[in-house]
Formats: sequence, structure tokens, C-alpha cells
Amino acid sequence: MSEQPDSEQSVDLKDPALAAFLAWLVPGLGHLYQGRIVKAGLFFVCIMGTFVYGLYLGGSKELGWGRVVYFSWGQEKRLPYLCQVGIGLPAVPALVQAGRMEGLKKVWLGGFMAPPRAQSAGPPQLDSYGKPIDPNFDQPTANTLHERLHYYFDLGTVYTMIAGLLNILAIYDAWGGPVFGERKKV
Amino acid sequence: MYSALFAAGIDNHLWYALPLIIVVSLVYAATRHEQVVPILTHAVRVGLWIIGFMAVIFVLMLLISWWL
Repeated sequence: MSEQPDSEQSVDLKDPALAAFLAWLVPGLGHLYQGRIVKAGLFFVCIMGTFVYGLYLGGSKELGWGRVVYFSWGQEKRLPYLCQVGIGLPAVPALVQAGRMEGLKKVWLGGFMAPPRAQSAGPPQLDSYGKPIDPNFDQPTANTLHERLHYYFDLGTVYTMIAGLLNILAIYDAWGGPVFGERKKV
Repeated sequence: MYSALFAAGIDNHLWYALPLIIVVSLVYAATRHEQVVPILTHAVRVGLWIIGFMAVIFVLMLLISWWL
């Protein structure tokens, strides 16, 4: 069996728009849909591995994991999230947690991907039963995160940002095929 | 002196760049080719290029720090 030269490799992209959407949803899913199994595996392992390692670096048992991926567009504009959301579904919990925080509801999973609590000057405000009005009063502030995680906060941010940006390359590959390849003629 | 150098080598933040270089090289190369061998060959080239670029920046920074 003679191997086809790479430049003549033809790729059936099926529905490129759907493949691109799936590739955004989960790294490698668009390629899996197109039957490009090896690349699906490579993208999934590389991109998800980088993202998960970033979540691990940017968290701790005490503070909760994944503290570097959060959405905030109020006082603090969390611009790295614009890169992190490139990874799709794995970064979506940050939006849910931000919504819960905003709606004064207790964040889930011990604050996984939850935005840091706003800096407050005094003790938490209590209701008439003596309970704190903000159910997330126990969540760390941005200052606490930076102080406790030190440079791991930045490292985790960089890892998760790069994972999101790499997935944009993967999305483009799912949509347009490899640069040095050739699309299958319909 | 060697133990100090060894310790500096182990406890160096630059090690965190290594997984990133590998992953970026592989993903970039995978967007260029479809088959495994060309992907790996291209990834090695990209990885070496990134390391070379980092080395040039390192030397530049070192020279600037000497002059300042």
C-alpha cells in the first residue's frame, strides 16, 4: 500500500460550519464528527490538558479549584476570559457562577470558576435573623486570590488563555481543513 | 557551585514554558498537515523555532541588563 503524500491528502469536511461549532463546544469534537480521529484526539488531549493544568495551577484545596477562569464585567473587566472562552463548554461554568454571584445566590461546587467577591471594608451585612445577606460572603476576594496563589494565579491564567486561543486554531482547522492539505471535491 | 546551579535549574519558572511549547507546536503543526509524520516533523521545527526565539530574547535581555 503506497502512502499518499501529505500535500495530496484529501479531507472530507462534511458540514464545515457544524464542525466549527462542535470544535468550539469541545476541543476535537468537530474533527471527530469529520472522522479525523487522530487529530480529534491530539486536539482534545493537548488543549484540554493545558486548560485543566491551568485550572489546577490557579486554585487550591483551600480556595477551590479553577479560580483563574471567571467572568466579571463590572468593576473588574476580566479580559483573559475573552481568550479562555475560546475553549467553549469547559469555560461556560464561569458564566453560570457569575450569574449566581450577581443574583445573590450561593455559588456551586465550592466556588469552582466563580468570580472573586467584591472587596468590602467591614464585616458582612446581616439580615434580621443574623445571617449574612450575601450567601457568598465566604468567597475569596481578588486580593486574597493573588496573595494566596501568588504567581500561580498568573500561570494558571496564561495556561487557560493559551488553551482557549489554541482551540481557535483547531476551530479554523475544522472549518477550513489543513493549510497544506486539499479539500475533497463535492 | 554545581549544586546551586542544579537547584536553580530545578526550581526555575521557565520549566512552566516547556509544556506550553510542546502543546503549541503540536496544535500549530496539526493545523498545517493531516498525517501524523508531517505533523510531528513540523511540530519539532516549530518547537525549536520557539526555543530559539526565546534564547534570542534571553540574550538581548542579558545584554541590556549588563549595559544598564
